[in-house]
Amino acid sequence: MNVIEPHAKLHEPFALYGVNLASRLLLGTAQYPSPDILARAVEASGASVVTVSLRREQVRAHKGERFLELIEATGARVLPNTAGCRTAKEAITTAQMAREVFGTDWVKLEVIANDDTLQPEVFGLVEAAAALTKDGFKVLPYTTEDLSVAERLLAAGCEVLMPWGSPIGSGRGLANRYALQSLRAYCAGVPLIVDAGIGAPSHAADAMELGYDAVLINTAVAKAGDPVRMAGAFAMAVEAGRAAYEAGVMGARDMATPSTPVAGTPFFDFPPVADDPGNGK
Amino acid sequence: METSSGSDIHVNGVPVTTGAATLAELVKELGHADARIATARNGNFVPDRLRGATQLVPGDKIEIVSPRQGG
Repeated sequence: MNVIEPHAKLHEPFALYGVNLASRLLLGTAQYPSPDILARAVEASGASVVTVSLRREQVRAHKGERFLELIEATGARVLPNTAGCRTAKEAITTAQMAREVFGTDWVKLEVIANDDTLQPEVFGLVEAAAALTKDGFKVLPYTTEDLSVAERLLAAGCEVLMPWGSPIGSGRGLANRYALQSLRAYCAGVPLIVDAGIGAPSHAADAMELGYDAVLINTAVAKAGDPVRMAGAFAMAVEAGRAAYEAGVMGARDMATPSTPVAGTPFFDFPPVADDPGNGK
Repeated sequence: METSSGSDIHVNGVPVTTGAATLAELVKELGHADARIATARNGNFVPDRLRGATQLVPGDKIEIVSPRQGG
């Protein structure tokens, strides 16, 4: 039987670019019903990192200020994204603007190829990652599960990779679980975060059980009937999945195996009864 | 570049005629002087400290952005 026996892993702290983070759940801040619900969802999630963005400011409006105050009050570390950027150049400029406004050199690098799938434009992604790393940024690239792209991002200086589970906002979970498993095995020792596509806590637990170091969630929490409660549900799922990974998940088997000991089963040595209802009388 | 009658530029994609000679003056004119904003000119980042030295030229495309919700 081809079953890999599980092995317990060491409990290791979660760190990105040398910064220890208490939670393996990263939370997006968009699409919540209200600023108050957003703030409470961040708290309930226990997230140490929240993603933010930059958008055009209106004349004499101070929307940015108000949002930033809300986020800073949560105590979470901000991770600015380059959402919506379609070229390396746009992403690089956006990252530079974000570094100044948010005061962090961390950037969730997104270069988007296609409006329908919002899939990463991996050529521009690698180009921007190399340029930004050279400029002192700590790049967290939103990428696909492709191994050769992963290699190039690591060669460009990325110390963490964020492959998609499925398209952004689709809630479909791990669409290519096998490829994500391969990536996990291939990039041993590299922090990997499933970013995008997680729709339910079970998807998050699944990613964590595969050995992913963290998950990044937004829509699944923000668009839940009760975002605050869902944030808590995801926090539990992420913890459960990680604990399961460290404990060592059993391998699947093709056939049944009794869980109750066979030895000492009463009537064990009696002849089969199926074809003789009168047996024993 | 000195302009007496104002420059026709784009700010965040909207056509604007401004008397501001520099990016710093434009930012002030639009009420963002002390705001947490960042700027770009023609697709290139312009740091806060360089806005005063950045002359506006007709046809410039200026971006003025601020923090927002993001995923």
